[in-house]
Amino acid sequence: MSKKQVSSGEKQKPKQIECKNAALGYEGSAVVEGLDFSVRSGDYLCILGENGSGKSTLIKALLGLQSLMSGTIEWTGGLTPKEIGYLPQQTLVQRDFPASVREIVISGCLSKTGLRPFYNKAEKKLAADNMERLGITELSGRCYRELSGGQQQRVLLARALCATGKLLLLDEPVTGLDPKAQMDLYELIAGLNRQGITVIMVSHDVNAAVRYASHILHIGSRRQLFFGEKNAYMDSRIGRTFLAEEGGEDVG
Amino acid sequence: MIDTLAGYFEFSIIRYALIVGLLIALCSSLLGVTLVLKRFSFIGDGLSHVAFGAMSIATVLEVTLKAAKYSDNKLARAIVDVIDRSSSMAVILPITILAAVLLLKTGQNTRIKGDAAVAMISVGALAVGYMLINLFSASANVTGDVCSTLFGSTLILTLTKEEVWLCVIMAAIVIATFLVFYNKIFAVTFDENFARATGVQSGAYNLLIAVITAFIIVLAMNLVGSLLISALIIFPALSAMRVFKSFRSVIICSAVISVICAGAGMIASILFSTPVGSTIVIADIAVFAVFSLISSVLRRA
Repeated sequence: MSKKQVSSGEKQKPKQIECKNAALGYEGSAVVEGLDFSVRSGDYLCILGENGSGKSTLIKALLGLQSLMSGTIEWTGGLTPKEIGYLPQQTLVQRDFPASVREIVISGCLSKTGLRPFYNKAEKKLAADNMERLGITELSGRCYRELSGGQQQRVLLARALCATGKLLLLDEPVTGLDPKAQMDLYELIAGLNRQGITVIMVSHDVNAAVRYASHILHIGSRRQLFFGEKNAYMDSRIGRTFLAEEGGEDVG
Repeated sequence: MIDTLAGYFEFSIIRYALIVGLLIALCSSLLGVTLVLKRFSFIGDGLSHVAFGAMSIATVLEVTLKAAKYSDNKLARAIVDVIDRSSSMAVILPITILAAVLLLKTGQNTRIKGDAAVAMISVGALAVGYMLINLFSASANVTGDVCSTLFGSTLILTLTKEEVWLCVIMAAIVIATFLVFYNKIFAVTFDENFARATGVQSGAYNLLIAVITAFIIVLAMNLVGSLLISALIIFPALSAMRVFKSFRSVIICSAVISVICAGAGMIASILFSTPVGSTIVIADIAVFAVFSLISSVLRRA
């Protein structure tokens, strides 16, 4: 299986996000309650849940864009919400957007510019390095709308890396990709994780979750169903039920 | 033909009109790309109707002001003197900016059927504006006034030196703002969610975009009239997007298209004495057709 099982051995890795008994919702009614989990540097956390279970609300909260109804979320170890490399789901606007790959990747550096209207040399180099890292350097002059789905996700991942050196937050990254491109993207993300970048991935693909993640957070109708290491999840009742229902194929 | 043109350029009125027209075309093309991509075209369209309403309010105010000028009330005369010196711009601009903010807020609100609300505001402004002009205008030719407000037939040729300077200053503000915030506008246009996550105040930038659009529309009303403004904003952007592949090249190309079409349209309208606004827009349509053709040829190749 994966090489990420070391995490149980080194408990000393610094916490980056700690969520204590948090309740999230809009206008007084909770979407999800009792969230209790933490993310340590180098973890690969997969957040599982059905549609409407509050995953997207949790993402907003992790990005610091949504205030909590109760409980706390803390960003520690030198991480601020603005330094999270976020990979949102594709929007309709983007699909026929006339922009070059280079322009999109460097827009990840925007939070570093502050009031300065233009990008400086260091930011341009960071963008070039991240394109190199994800193998899209030769695409840099191409138009975003002409790329395949997998290539587009690589571009957005490179942009997310420009915003962070520490933590990636991925929202259903493989949606709409063909199986081959899905595998490639999962492997790419796992590779970044091995390089020391913390990964939080929201997904409903339980097979990929148990294959790549080190930790699982499973949220169900309005509450947290499970949080812990992947192996514990696979032995738990909820994990086994969900794997049997959704899994289908053997995950080896 | 060139002699005729050279003859026309002797007149400062024609030179003023050209300067202002080209500046307006440049400004309106800059934000066009963003408005089209963000699906904000409705703001441009809605605002142009509101601007017409605001224009008629300004007209009515002028009429009442003139009446007040000859009244015995000293205070009234003092107020009139102050307002008289500022132009009708002082009335139109705030109203249009306010409407821009309002349209942005309602247009984004899917819960109360934002698109219907936008239609309501714009059509309402049109009706109220026309009513006001009909009831209060002192002019003998109401239909002519309305027509020139809507289609901008002769307004551009009646500019005074002060109005030209006002246009230049407003255009400079628009262009400078766009350049300073170019990267932020790109980020907010391409991916609002990501921009917000990295700490960009995307709400504030949407507001900025709406306010600049209001500025542009008020500016452009002089050139093409309020009904045709959307064409000036949208056509160059759509043409450029057909062929060019990076955001920067699309913006530069749409600016070039817009300026060339405005210049050609104005010169043609002088030579053939056609209405300025429609001539420019027809030039824009022609360019759009050519660019569509180019893009389909390129795609097949």
